[in-house]
Amino acid sequence: MLLIACPHCGSRAQTEFDYARTLDAIVPLDAAPEAAMTALYARTNPRGEDDELWRHSQGCRQFLVLRRHRVTHAILAVRAWEAM
Amino acid sequence: MSGASRRIGGGAADTLRFTFDGATYFARPGDTLAAALLANGVTLVARSFKYHRPRGIMAAGVEEPNALVTVGTGARTTPNTRATDVFVYDGLVARSQNAWPGLRFDLGTVLGLAAPVFASGFYYKTFLGPPSLWMFYEKFIRRAAGLGKPPTLADADRYEHRAAFCDVLVVGSGPAGLAAAKAAAEAGKRVLLAEQDAVLGGSLLRDGGDLAVVAETVAAIEAAGGRVLARTTASGVWDHALVTCVEHLIEPGQSGPLAQRLWHVRARRIVAATGAIERPLTFANNDRPGVMLSQAVRSYARRFGVLPGQRAVIVTNNDDAYRTAEAIAEAGGTVVAILDTRGAPSVPSAFNVVTGMTDVSARGGKHGLSGVDVVAGGRAQRFKADLLAMSGGFTPAVHLHSHGAGKLDWRADIQAFVPGETLQPMTSIGAAAGAVAALDGVPATLGKPKASFVDFQNDVTAADIDLAWQEGYRSVEHLKRYTTLGMATDQGKTSNMAALARLAGAAGARIPEAGLTTFRPPYVPLTLGALAGPDGGGHGAPTRRIALYDRHAALNPLWQPLGYWHRPRAYPAPGETLAQAALREARAVRNAVGIVDVSTLAKFMVTGPDAAALLEIVCATGVAKLGIGRGRYTFMLREDGMVMDDGTVWRLGEHRYLLTSSTGGAQRMEAHLAYAQRVLAPQLRASIVDTQEHFAGIALAGPLARAVLEDLMASAAPAHMGASEGPIAGVPVLVLAASYSGERAFEIYAAGHDAGPVWDALEAAVRARAGCPYGLEALEFLRIEKGYVVVGGEVDGRTTAHDLGLEKMMRKAGGYIGASALERPTLAAPDRLQLVGLEAERGDIAEGAMLVPIDGERVEGHVTAAAMRIDTGASIALALLAGGRMRAGERLVASSPTRGKQVRVHVVALHFYDPQGLRYRD
Repeated sequence: MLLIACPHCGSRAQTEFDYARTLDAIVPLDAAPEAAMTALYARTNPRGEDDELWRHSQGCRQFLVLRRHRVTHAILAVRAWEAM
Repeated sequence: MSGASRRIGGGAADTLRFTFDGATYFARPGDTLAAALLANGVTLVARSFKYHRPRGIMAAGVEEPNALVTVGTGARTTPNTRATDVFVYDGLVARSQNAWPGLRFDLGTVLGLAAPVFASGFYYKTFLGPPSLWMFYEKFIRRAAGLGKPPTLADADRYEHRAAFCDVLVVGSGPAGLAAAKAAAEAGKRVLLAEQDAVLGGSLLRDGGDLAVVAETVAAIEAAGGRVLARTTASGVWDHALVTCVEHLIEPGQSGPLAQRLWHVRARRIVAATGAIERPLTFANNDRPGVMLSQAVRSYARRFGVLPGQRAVIVTNNDDAYRTAEAIAEAGGTVVAILDTRGAPSVPSAFNVVTGMTDVSARGGKHGLSGVDVVAGGRAQRFKADLLAMSGGFTPAVHLHSHGAGKLDWRADIQAFVPGETLQPMTSIGAAAGAVAALDGVPATLGKPKASFVDFQNDVTAADIDLAWQEGYRSVEHLKRYTTLGMATDQGKTSNMAALARLAGAAGARIPEAGLTTFRPPYVPLTLGALAGPDGGGHGAPTRRIALYDRHAALNPLWQPLGYWHRPRAYPAPGETLAQAALREARAVRNAVGIVDVSTLAKFMVTGPDAAALLEIVCATGVAKLGIGRGRYTFMLREDGMVMDDGTVWRLGEHRYLLTSSTGGAQRMEAHLAYAQRVLAPQLRASIVDTQEHFAGIALAGPLARAVLEDLMASAAPAHMGASEGPIAGVPVLVLAASYSGERAFEIYAAGHDAGPVWDALEAAVRARAGCPYGLEALEFLRIEKGYVVVGGEVDGRTTAHDLGLEKMMRKAGGYIGASALERPTLAAPDRLQLVGLEAERGDIAEGAMLVPIDGERVEGHVTAAAMRIDTGASIALALLAGGRMRAGERLVASSPTRGKQVRVHVVALHFYDPQGLRYRD
C-alpha cells in the first residue's frame, strides 16, 4: 500500500486516493481522431518512471501528478495538477 | 495412549487440563500444546498428507511441518494448527487430522503401500479414462489426502484492525532484536517491537541461561516509550515500509471478546531480527516420530522442562548440535552418540562422536523411535535410541526481506542465502543476517532417496525431486509445482534448502545458480477473519438508506439491493407474487396515478457563467440552448465513444443547472465531472456540487398526475420538460416534468430531511384516486414497453449512441468527450449489436437469453430486458442484436439453456406503447 505525500494534506495511505490515468492518456477535448486513439490505446507504458494523474478523493479531492516508478513503486515526486 | 511422563523434575505444577483425541492430559502454564504432549509421553500426533505415515513433533516453533492438529470446537474450530504454535489453556480441546478411524490405526496407511503410484505428478499419469470416471476417482482421492476439516459454523471470533506509526519497527525479540529496540528507544526513536512467541527472548529461551536480562531490557524499552507486542507475528512487508502484523489476543479455540488484531504498521525503518530456521537432514525415515530438530530438543529441555526421549542420538553437519548433547545430559538423558557427517569435528566433546557418516536410517514407527542405523567409514553400526536430534545447518529467515523485494546473496560458508540489497528502509540483523553455524559444503542425502523426506508436510522425498529432474522439470519453479514441495502451509520453511541442494546436485551447479522461488506473505497461515477485521458479518459495506426509508418500510415492500442502496422493488398485497404486484402497480400508473421513490438518482448542481459550456463537454446532446425553466433528456459518452450514462439536464436559472444521471453510475459521474472540469477544461468558470444525498425525489406519474399536483400546489403544473418551484404540504419542492414511465409525470425534489410530509401528501392524494406507490419492478415494465434504455442493461459500455438509436440527439458541432473517437471504422461496422424490440410468439422471453437463428446455433445477440405488456400480459423484450436496425420483422429464437427456455420471437420496433409520446406531450 503506497504512501503518497499529498501536497495539501501530507503523507496519506493509497486507499485515500483514486488512480486516474497516465498523463499521456489524457485525451484533449480538441484532439484529432488519430491523437485520441493514440492516447487511448497506444500508451508508452514504460518499465520505469512515468507521470500519473491521481485524485485525493478521500481527502482534499484535488488532482495530483505522481512521478512513480512502475516496477519498484518508488514515488519520486508529487505535485498538484496544473493545466499545461 | 501415552508413554511415561517426560517432564524434567522441578518447575511449576501441571494445572491446565486439556484433551487430545479424547484423552485427558495436564499441562504447565506456558506450555505449547506440543510441549505438553511430549511431557505426557505422546509421540504420535498426526498422519502425513499423502502416505498417512505416522508423524510426531519435529520442531518447537512455527516451522513445524508435521504436528498439525485441529484445536477448538464448534464455531471456534481451528484446523491445521501447528501444535508448537498454540499455548495450552484450561479446557483446550485438540484432535488429530487426516486419520480414519484413528491415529493409531489409520486405513489411509494403505496408500503408503501404494506409494510408487503416488509419486510426484501422479495425477497427470494415473486415473486415465473418460471424464466421468475421474469424477468417481476424485471422491476417494479427496477423502484420502488431506489436512483438517474446516468448521461448518460461522466464525464466532471478533477481529480488529489498527494502524500504527513508528520510527523503528523491530521484528523479533531475540538478543539482536532486543538490543536494537533498546538502542533505538533510548536514542529517542518511537519503537515498536513485535515478537511472534508468547514470551520474549528468542534464542535466549533455549541457550541464554538467566532470563532476567530479557525482562530488564523490555522494561528499559518501555520506559523509553517503546511499545512491545508479544504473540504478534509480522506477516508481510508491503510498499513503502508498511508491515502487517497479526496479534493473537487469545489462543485458537479459546473464547474472548477479541480474538486477533491486524496491525498496519507504517515504519520509517524496519529491523528484521527474525532469526534462522534449523534444517533437517535428509536420510531414510527422517520423518518418524522421535526424530526432531536439534535446537528444538534444547527448547523443550530448557524452556519447557521436557525431555522428549531418554536415549538420544544426535546427527549433525555443524557445531551447534553439540550444545544439544550437553542440554540432554544436563536434563538427565543419555547421549548415545553424536554422528557427525564431517571428516573430523571442530568441537571437543565428552560424548561418543562418530565421524564420516555416509548413510543414516531411523528405525521406528507409530510407537516411536527404536533406533538409528549408521554407515560410517565403511562400517555399519546400530544404536538403540528413542530420540534423534538432527541438525542440517541453519537458514536465515529472510521472508520479510523478500516480501519487500530485497535481493538475496549467497554465503558458501553457511550454505545459505542472506539478505542483500533492498529498496525498502530495512536492515536484517543477527541470525537473520547470517550469524549462524558454519557448514562444510553442500549437505548431501544420507539414505535411500525414496525413504528420505525433504518436504515433510507434502510428503515429498528426495526420489520425487530426482523424478521431476528425470522428467524434464528442471527449473526451480517447475520443480516446486511438479512435486508440490514448498507449497504446503509451512511454505517450505524446513524443506527449501535441501530441495535446492538436490536440484543443484542434479544440475551439476551451485545452489545459487539453481535459483530460489519467491517468498510471499503471509509468513505463517492466517485466518480470513483477521483480514476481514471489523468488516465481517456484512459490516464491510455501508447500508445507504433512502431519506424516505421509514415511509416505505411501513408499506412492507420487497427491497431491491442496488449497490449499497436499498430501493423498493414492489409493494405486494398479502398473497400477491412479485409479478402480480408489479403488474398491478404498472396498471395503476397507466390508468390512474402512482408514486415511485427516485431519491437515489445522481444529482449535480452545476453553476457559474460557464456552467452550460461545462455541461456541453460532458453531455453529447445540446444543453446551452435550454431556456430558463426548461430541461431535456441527455446522455454522456466515454472517451472511446461508448455511451457511459444517461439522465436529464434542467436549467433552473441564468447560470444554474441541475444534472441527473443513473444511481449506479453516481460515483463515476462525480469523478467524471471533476475530471472534465479540472483537467480538460480548467479555464471554465463553473462549480459542481454533488446533491445526490441532499435531495429526496418522488416521481408522480399517470393520467391523473397533473390533477394531483395542481391540487396539492394550488398552481399550474409545469408543461412537459418544464421546471417549476413551490410548496407541497408547506415544504419547498422543485418540480421537473419528465417521464420515464411513459405517462405524464413529474419528478418532485425536496430536501431529504423535509421530504416526509411531501410523501404523505402525495400518497394520500394518489390513493384517493385509486392509485398506489410503485416500485422498481413496475418501473421496468413501464420503461421497457416505451423502449427506454437503462444504464447497466442496454447501456453496457459497449454500445454507441447509434447502436442505441439515439444518434439524432447528438450535437453536430461536437466538442464533447468522446467526439474524437466516433470516426473509427469499427463503430460503423454493420454487424454491431444494436437495440431492437422483441415480441414472443408464445411463452415468456427470458432476460439474458441468447438470440440465435431458428435453425442455427450462432449467437447473434442477447435479451437485455424482458417484461409483460401491461395491457395484454404478452411477453416483450429489449435486446441487442447484430445489425439489429436492419432486421425488423425477422424471426429468431431467444434461447436460455440454463433455464430450459427456447422462445420464438419477432424483431420489432422499440416502442411498444405510445410511440409518439402523446400521453405526456402538450
